[in-house]
Amino acid sequence: MAACLLAGGAAAQTLTMGVGAPVTSLDPHYHQLSPNTAVAHMIFGGLTMTDSHARVVAGLAESWRAVDETTWEFRLRPGVRFHNGGEFTAEDVAFTFQRVPNVPNSPSSYAIYTRPIRQVEIVDPLTLRLRTAAPYPLMPTDLASVMILDRETHAQATTEGFNAGPMAVGTGPFRMVSHRNGDRIEFERNEAYWGTKPHWQRVTYRMITNDAARTAALLAGDVEVIDQVPTSDLAKLRADQRLTLAEVTGLRLIFLSLDHSRAENSPQVADNEGRPIQQNPLKDVRVRRALSIAIDRAAITERIMEGSAIPSGQFLPEGAFGYLPGLAAPRADAEAAKKLLAEAGFPNGFRLTLSGPNDRYPNDARIIQAIGQMWTRAGIRTTVEAQPWTSFVARAARQDLSAFLIGWGTSSGEASNPLRNLVASFDRDKGYGASNRGRYSNPEVDRLIDRAMQELDDAKREELLRQASRVAFEDVGIIPLHIQKNAWAMRRGLVMDARADELTRAQDVRPAAPR
Amino acid sequence: MTVFLLRRLLQAVGVVLAMSLLVFLGVYAIGDPVEILISPEADQIERERAVKALGLDLPLWQQYLVFLGRALQGDLGRSFVFNEPALRLILQRMPATLELAFGATIVALLIGLPLGLYAGLRPKSALSQGIMAGSILGFSLPTFWVGLMLIMVFAVQLGWLPSTGRGETVEVLGMRWSFLTRDGLAHMAMPALNLALFKISLVIRLTRAGVRETMLMDYVKFARAKGLSPARVTFVHVFKNILIPVVTVVGLEFGGTIAFSVVTESVFAWPGMGKLIIDSINVLDRPVMVAYLMIIVLLFITINLVVDITYSVLDPRVRLEGKA
Repeated sequence: MAACLLAGGAAAQTLTMGVGAPVTSLDPHYHQLSPNTAVAHMIFGGLTMTDSHARVVAGLAESWRAVDETTWEFRLRPGVRFHNGGEFTAEDVAFTFQRVPNVPNSPSSYAIYTRPIRQVEIVDPLTLRLRTAAPYPLMPTDLASVMILDRETHAQATTEGFNAGPMAVGTGPFRMVSHRNGDRIEFERNEAYWGTKPHWQRVTYRMITNDAARTAALLAGDVEVIDQVPTSDLAKLRADQRLTLAEVTGLRLIFLSLDHSRAENSPQVADNEGRPIQQNPLKDVRVRRALSIAIDRAAITERIMEGSAIPSGQFLPEGAFGYLPGLAAPRADAEAAKKLLAEAGFPNGFRLTLSGPNDRYPNDARIIQAIGQMWTRAGIRTTVEAQPWTSFVARAARQDLSAFLIGWGTSSGEASNPLRNLVASFDRDKGYGASNRGRYSNPEVDRLIDRAMQELDDAKREELLRQASRVAFEDVGIIPLHIQKNAWAMRRGLVMDARADELTRAQDVRPAAPR
Repeated sequence: MTVFLLRRLLQAVGVVLAMSLLVFLGVYAIGDPVEILISPEADQIERERAVKALGLDLPLWQQYLVFLGRALQGDLGRSFVFNEPALRLILQRMPATLELAFGATIVALLIGLPLGLYAGLRPKSALSQGIMAGSILGFSLPTFWVGLMLIMVFAVQLGWLPSTGRGETVEVLGMRWSFLTRDGLAHMAMPALNLALFKISLVIRLTRAGVRETMLMDYVKFARAKGLSPARVTFVHVFKNILIPVVTVVGLEFGGTIAFSVVTESVFAWPGMGKLIIDSINVLDRPVMVAYLMIIVLLFITINLVVDITYSVLDPRVRLEGKA
């Protein structure tokens, strides 16, 4: 009887998923992009992995430790095989680190994760030592992004070879069966997977980029799971008896960036008569604080985001490494904002243009419209300018904008990532501040980040990161708005381990335990 | 004749060159692909490497010359996103778009001709009035909305047809086709109908106008006077004559159908050229955008050239004007 039931279950072990963002490459070292990472996690594996809350856990490495200030030792998992039967050893890791920076034409390479490694020493087939020039505490975190390839199989592998199929061979829980670019990828379970085997024997991963069509495909039963559920559909899907939702607070912060790069004549700031203001008011912390507390974050998350975001006063949600307990989202107070503006020498406010994308983040254009009204109420006459992401982001990167909305997904789940990228001073040599498009700069923040990045002790490092965050947010380097929740909708009877990093992977879905 | 042909060919080459420059400049004026493609976590060094890898560090005129040089050898560049030749990507997607466009054209003729014929023969009947009113809807409803409504009704509510995607395909001549399988046809039904909607209305109106005009012709009157059956009059004498303008317009519309398929393909997740170009625009995959536009330019120039040559064969006056 039990055997019968099992056989019946086996026939239904197929899953069709509908994802909103197209997978652009199956080469795990070619184009760093969330949908590519999700698929890479299904086919390949890294030395470390992150769990659904972005905490680093063991992957192809069973354990690791810092041998000294500049040496990391990784002990590899024995008995792991690639899909084609090849054995996984330290040689493969060394080969992978060599390939990563040398993938031709890569528009976004993974070399940033392997660059700190100066030397790879193979102690024995299952032990590896990585030497760095300076202490590098983020090594285990970074290596979760680097998928390990097989030296024998992939020595001559090209990106086209991966996309076409024959090279898509890894150690992951699924084997790739077929790939139709921009349409679908089919997988079958890797019966020799070293970890917990996924429930699904066959998985079809379909790309349905249109939001309404994706929802309709779920309702029609053509797919069983969809990601990127539009906030406006959440209530309807929640009420549907045939469906169930998986939600989790994500790691994507939506924030406002202000022009710190100019001491004078910020391009989109003017006085109430429309004349340029000589002094850039955004350089005054009182003005920045006024802008921040003039925003009613709760109204945005409840009404515009329909509950699928939480107001935030910092980079990360509670529980993340470097989260600052006690730093709540600023409370809305238009009167206090007016007073601060008066103190800063703008009793009658000024004019400002607030920009943002209209096709990038959920409800992005509506959020900046709402903030424009809130600021205008506090005395800053705000013009709102929403534009397509493609043209918006180029202007933001050129410092053409005085105030704009943008988002940041902290895929590593720890605070040094947004600190280094968003509020550290723009510094090419250190590689910091690359996404600091407002060019905020505070020596104190820089100093604390530098110290944290040398600190191998997790507790001490977390404390330094907290201090850096506190200084940056007290100085209103950026204006945090909210952290998005990630939502998946699926057929009732399925459960999903919803991931904070937004990845949609088949191994996270399984049938609900029978009741 | 040879002189005429040469002149026309030279002109075509000139147009292609001019268009390549315009397309290139237009596409390269939008945004910064590196900002779009690169991982947000990339540092400055990595960004500089990416700019170089994509060939964006060269001045614009050099980029254009590189593009032109390669284009002359049949290479329209490599996709930034897929790292595959842009031309191959587009040609891979072309069968899906072509079969959808053909499917839509066939649907348009199958539905449009009988309805138009009926409306032309019985212009006063209530049904004809209804058909004409319906054709106004076909012209004016946005395909985007109609597509979603089709999905909601036939896939979600009734469950008769699959909501999106291309379904099962069969490989013929190295290309994948859906129309040869049952599952593929089921997947194709809704997008083809959606794409056909505008054309159905067009065919109805053309047919009706043609029928009404032809019915008053002397030869039709004569045929009726001769005592031929109404069916013979309608299908042999009237129908044949109105087919000429209908076929001409539908044929000319074919290019437009391929262009319109962008919306339908994105609503139905139909993996054709239109969806590729939309996805490419969203990530500023310039080589694919340029290659797509150049292919469309070539397509139209070729059609025009063929039409010109055909005219000159059919009508000596065109040739004589050329000589003068």
